[in-house]
Amino acid sequence: MHMIAATFGLAAATFLASAVEFVEAFTIVLAMGLSRSWRAALTGTVAAVLALTAVTAVAGVALIQWVSESVLQLVIGTLLLLFGLQWLRTAIMRAGGLATLRDEQAAFRAEQEAGRLAGHQVRLGLDWMAFVVSFKGVFLEGLEVVFIVITFGLSATRYNPHGLLVASGSAVLAGLLVAVVGVIARRPLSAVPENTMKYVVGLLLTSFGTFWAVEGLGYFGNGESLPWPGQDWAILGLVVGGLGLSRLAVAGLRRTIKTPANLGDVESCASSSCS
Amino acid sequence: MRFLVMFLRFWYDFIVGDAWEIAAGVVAVLGIGAWLLRTDGIDRAFIPLVVAVGVGLMLGGSLLAEVRRRRRAGG
Repeated sequence: MHMIAATFGLAAATFLASAVEFVEAFTIVLAMGLSRSWRAALTGTVAAVLALTAVTAVAGVALIQWVSESVLQLVIGTLLLLFGLQWLRTAIMRAGGLATLRDEQAAFRAEQEAGRLAGHQVRLGLDWMAFVVSFKGVFLEGLEVVFIVITFGLSATRYNPHGLLVASGSAVLAGLLVAVVGVIARRPLSAVPENTMKYVVGLLLTSFGTFWAVEGLGYFGNGESLPWPGQDWAILGLVVGGLGLSRLAVAGLRRTIKTPANLGDVESCASSSCS
Repeated sequence: MRFLVMFLRFWYDFIVGDAWEIAAGVVAVLGIGAWLLRTDGIDRAFIPLVVAVGVGLMLGGSLLAEVRRRRRAGG
């Protein structure tokens, strides 16, 4: 049961997290392709994917080879906790009305406008702006996916020896799905329930991150993992507790914020950098 | 030097983001957990619960701080 639940949680979290990031990257590439050059935008995308593959291979091997298990749990748990809390905080703020939902159409228009206004510089036979913006967009959005895939995948290997493969496969599947749907739609994927996905992923990352970070604290004791009461069932408790706490927070924010104007400028998420 | 600053800035933005209190809170909560672990007479089963509650309180505190920031900005 543990292995199935952990594998499902791993696959779902990496798939959703990757899909959210790939939708944002797709918006940038689409804007550069339509307003500047498809050749440069796609070359930048392929270059970023190759760079991400190299980072994944190097970081994955380095973590497995040179870091002890309890330190690995502590580092992985802490990183997941940091990412998860940031995602969950953003999702709660958006659901509670403290921040506006990300507008993929507005982000697309802003990128397209910037692309049209920029000068034309050719390097290596490519429209350099389209190449650089596409490369940066895909690389930066993808780097977060790489971290989640590596940390989740490595940690899940204790339940499932193919954990890293499951995590990588889920991310690749999400990327392919976004690419296929995007190519068919030929417009930004604004119908994707981005905040709900971010909420779920933030909750899962925070729960798993708390679990593994606490286990990793054993490094400061006798060097062995610190066990949770109820062992792996504690993850379920963390997810349920986190869900309850976050719903309370959303309800509290909605009651506090009668109108967004009461709180000054509500965070705008039209720009592609706001994720 | 400029490259180093940009490199550090990138990792700061990537890991800490726009809510520094989350990063500081995670370090503080885990630090308390590690300190409790090395303290004699503390039941080890108690430590995970302390960390879990600490994480919840930290998230709630960060949201409250954000509401106050927005209120001040709105006058």
